[in-house]
Parts: sequence; C-alpha cells; structure tokens
Amino acid sequence: MNFIKTIVAAGLVAASSSAYAADITGAGSSFIFPVLSKWADAYKKDTGGVVNYQSIGSGAGIKQVQAKTVTFGATDAPLKSDQLDKDGLAQWPMIMGAIVPVVNIDGVKPGDIMLDGQTLADIFQAKITKWDDPAIKKLNPKVTLPSAAISIVHRSDASGTSFNFTDYLAKVSADWKSKVGSGTAVEWPAGVGAKGNEGVSANVGQTKNSIGYVEYAYAKQNKLTYTGLVNKAGKAVQPTNEGFQAAASNADWAHAPGYYLILTDQPGDKSWPIVASTFILIHKDATDKAAVQDALKFFKFSFDKGAKMAEDLDYIPMPEPVIKQIEKTWSADIKS
Amino acid sequence: MTVQSDSQVLEAAGPYDRAKALSAFRLGDLTFYWITRVSAISVLLILGGIIISLIIGAWPAAKAFGFSFLLTERWAPSADPPVLGALTPMYGTLVTSLIAMLIAIPVGLGIAIFLTELCPQWLRRPIGIAIELLAGIPSIIYGMWGFFVLGPFLANTFQPFMIKIFDGIPVLGAIFAGPPSYLSLFNAALILAIMVLPFITAISVDVFKTVPPVLKEAAYGVGCTTWEVVRSVVIPYTRVGVIGGVMLALGRALGETMAVTFIIGNSFRISSSIFAPGTTISAAIASEFAESDGLHQSGLILLGLLLFVLTFFVLAAARLMLLRLEKKAGK
Repeated sequence: MNFIKTIVAAGLVAASSSAYAADITGAGSSFIFPVLSKWADAYKKDTGGVVNYQSIGSGAGIKQVQAKTVTFGATDAPLKSDQLDKDGLAQWPMIMGAIVPVVNIDGVKPGDIMLDGQTLADIFQAKITKWDDPAIKKLNPKVTLPSAAISIVHRSDASGTSFNFTDYLAKVSADWKSKVGSGTAVEWPAGVGAKGNEGVSANVGQTKNSIGYVEYAYAKQNKLTYTGLVNKAGKAVQPTNEGFQAAASNADWAHAPGYYLILTDQPGDKSWPIVASTFILIHKDATDKAAVQDALKFFKFSFDKGAKMAEDLDYIPMPEPVIKQIEKTWSADIKS
Repeated sequence: MTVQSDSQVLEAAGPYDRAKALSAFRLGDLTFYWITRVSAISVLLILGGIIISLIIGAWPAAKAFGFSFLLTERWAPSADPPVLGALTPMYGTLVTSLIAMLIAIPVGLGIAIFLTELCPQWLRRPIGIAIELLAGIPSIIYGMWGFFVLGPFLANTFQPFMIKIFDGIPVLGAIFAGPPSYLSLFNAALILAIMVLPFITAISVDVFKTVPPVLKEAAYGVGCTTWEVVRSVVIPYTRVGVIGGVMLALGRALGETMAVTFIIGNSFRISSSIFAPGTTISAAIASEFAESDGLHQSGLILLGLLLFVLTFFVLAAARLMLLRLEKKAGK
C-alpha cells in the first residue's frame, strides 16, 4: 500500500511541477515554422521555456486555437475582426516574408525581367501565352525574349503563399478578381500544380520557359531567377529587404481593426508589392491564463531578440513602431 | 516385482474424469470460435464506422451540391459561393488507373510466366527479389523519381515522339496531343504501372506454382508448345488467383496518393490529351485537406466517399466478371 501511495505522490509532484513550467503549445502556418523553431530554440537556452509548435497549416491552426487544444494559432490569412470577436481571439502580425515570381528562360538572370501586376495576372490567366508578347516586351525593351509558350506553375496544396499571391492579382486585375478571386486554394485557370514551395521551385527549375511564384527565401536559397515588379506607385522595384521593409512600414496598421491587413500592393515608392505576414491568434480570456502569459513572454522575447535570426532566414522582422503597438494591444486586450 | 494392472496405472496418473476433459475441449473450441468470429466481424464494424463518419462529414457538401457534384467539371473552393465538382478528379482517377492496368497486366503476367515457365534456375532468385524490392519502395520515392527522372525523359523524348506520330489522326491525335509536360496524367499512370507491377507478378507467380506438374507434363506430352501450355493449362487453371492479384493492384492504383500528387500536375481541368496535367481524387484530398474548412472540407470528404464507392463498384464488377467466367468454364 505504501508503495502505491509513494507512486501516486510522485505522480502528483511531477504533474504539478510540469504544470508550473508548462510547455507553450501552438499550431498552424508552415510559413512561420522555420523562424519560430529558431526562436523557440533561443528561448529555451535563455529561459528554459519550451515551445511546442506543430506546422500543420494555417486553416488547421485556426481550428485548433478555436477548439482550445493549443495556446496559440498561427495563420497566413488573417481573420476579420467580427470573426475574432465571435471566438474571443486577439490577433497580431508576428513576422513577414515576401513572395516573388520566378521564371526559367535561357539567358535571363535574376532581376533581368520586369513585370507589372496586370501582366502577371494575364500570364497566370493564360491570356498572355508567349514570352515575346507585346505586353512583356513593352516592360522589357532591352531583353531578348524567346517566342516560346509560357508554362505556368502554381501551388497544388492550399497555402498562405497562394492566398497572398492571388490576393495581389485580385487587387491589380479586375478580371482576375471576378473570374478567379483569392484564397488558399483557387480555381487556377491554367498551368500545373506542384506541392509546396519546394515543388514549385523544383518544377520551375526544371521546366524551360516556365513561371511560378515562391517565398523569397526559397528563390534566394535555390538561386532561382526572380523577376522585378512594378509597384502601386508605378515604380519598378527588385525584391530586396529594403523594399519588403518599406511595404510593412507604409502599411496602415494603426487603422486596421484586429490587425486585419493584407500586405500586398501597399503604397510607397520602394515597396515590394507582394509581402505577406503570418498572424498569431490567442484567446483574450483563456481558461489557462498562465499558459497565455508564458506565450506572450515568448513572443516578446522573439520581438526583442529574434529580428536578427529572422533576417538570417530571409524573413522580414516587424518594424519597431508596429511592435510597440502590438505590445500595447497585449496589455489592453489580453486578460491575465 | 509384480506387473501393475491398468487400473493401477490410471490411479497413479490421478483421478480421470472423461466428461470433464471433454467439456474442457468444448470450451476451448467455443473460445476459438468466438475469437475468430469477433475478429472477422470487427472488420465489418470498422468499415461501417468509416463509411458513417465519411457520410456525416460529406453531408453538408452533398446537400449543397446534390447530384450535380458528380457532373460538374469546376473546382472553385474560393468562389463565392464555392462551386465544387468531382468530374475532373474522378476522370483522372479512372484514366490513370486504366492506363496503369493496360501497361501493368501484360508486363506483370509476362514476368510471372517467364519466371515460372521459362527462366533459367539461376536467374529466378535475382528477378524474384527485384520484384519484391519494387514493392517495398515507399511511394514518395516513386514520386520523386517520377518528378526528377521519368518526367524530364518523357517530356523531352517520349512525348514529342508520340505527338509527332499521331499528329493529324482523328481521336488518337487528340489523345496524344501536345505540349509535352513533365507532369501529366500519362506520367502518373506510368508510375502507377510500375508501382502495381509487384502485386500482379508476385501473386501470379505464386498461383502459377500451384498448377499440378502432371497437367503441364500431360500437355507437353501431347506436343503442346510452352505458349500453348501457358494459354490453355496454366492461365485457365489459375484464373481466379490471377484476377485477384490484378484487383489488388487496381485497388492500389485507384487509391495511390503521394506518388501521383508529385507527378500528375494537380490541375482541375479535363483535357482530351493524356499528356495534359490532371488530378485524382486522392491527390486532390491530400493537396487541399490541411488548409480547408467548411463546405470546401466537406466537399473533399465527399470526394473521399466517392472514391470508396468507386472502388467498391470496380471490385464488385470484377467479382461479377469472375463469376461469369467460372460459369462459362462450367465449374
């Protein structure tokens, strides 16, 4: 009998001590996963706290946080404020990334080709079918383009990257908006689907005269031929950290309820037009308030010390004023 | 020393009760009977559970789209309201499986016949092991190989050749129409054919070995050639087993996901050309399920239910065919 009592007591001690230093659990976006795991690693070294994140996709992340099976969710497509209110959730942008069109044309190097939003939409709608189409030639008077059929590559899996890319095309092309629309999975008018950023990268890399879209980090790491884009201000820009930062800084976060803001097609001379951010979702009045506070500590740590780590992985850290605003939201909205 | 009597021996072994021993056997039999019966019935229960949960999940989509789900070519989950139709993935599933079987059945049977009837003894083991290894390769490896090796070869060499040959010929010209593509229904079907080959071969080899040697010897004795022995003795004798292997392979082809997702091109459009990209039911579900919700997710579950029904009908049709064959053979 004594033996059993000892075991029960030991179990209780173990349970209570693990409750004290509870793991922070999160789930959702695969886009944020690489940087989040790097932050979690640094956070563990610094404080001993463990962050357990499952990269299961944005939609699933939203569902898990709604069902309260995780402390926080992460999504590439923000929730509208009425949806947030319905579930009692707080939302803020955590990290940004950029999306770039990538091409594979003989003799064309990264940044050689310039496209604008309307042309990009027409290409992906197969209205422009050859690389030497007048619309493309007009934007690239100095480049010799082949008279070859354009192979289109898009994501086959539903993804935040597709969401932001199609959102951009819907903003710049009325025809795209009415016929295709935007979403994590849309009715692609043409082309083949490849799985994941890696699938699109590999596919464009292999197929001559193809065009696709990937996260900037993938294009950079796989040395893919990205294109320049003409932004909302009518300026031709290349995908650079400066351009990504400009898009984020010029975005009007202060007047976006629940930080519902999609960073595509933002104003500003230097802004890169397709910038995306991943949003964190957390319950405002959670049953396990200690867990929420632990999670907020982790996010504060990531904002304070994680910018360099994010840049190393080709992410774009949130601008300083936005971070200040987010921290205010934490203290105002989230009950401890 | 006196010789012990029988009754003394029994007494030494302890009291012996015949009725008790028999009832112990009966209990053992009964337990065995029920354990096996429960195991068998549990399969039905699990299957029923899967069907019921599929129906519950698919209900909203079934209610929203009704019968038109089967006839709609569009798949637009982001449209407002969403338009979902199963025609394209159903078409892709059937076409890829059909092409795969057209390739795999003759090749698989050919290998099996060679292995059992013609192959020199020393070559049997290497080929046999190679076939088994083929079955052991994970499907993602097939997908990657298809994407990086087979796809480029087909797009650069095989497809342009076929397109040129059949260009201008009605029907065939449309089936083998360009442009060549790394990712297409045909490439996926070819990968599927390689993947299902071991099922057909291994089972055929096993059933071919069950043909009594005396039958074959008799046929050879009256002057049959090897081909005649295979056609008139081996195949008819093992028909049921061979068809079983083919069905197993077909089941795998209908449901294969990972390899197909890699190489089919995942586009929801029906094209007359088999060199165009397409999609299958399982590839569509695997691609979109993680990020889906609401009606979209329900539509994907409805697709799953359809695959279930489709597979059931294909297998049922095969059974029917088998029954008719047996009737014809007079068994």
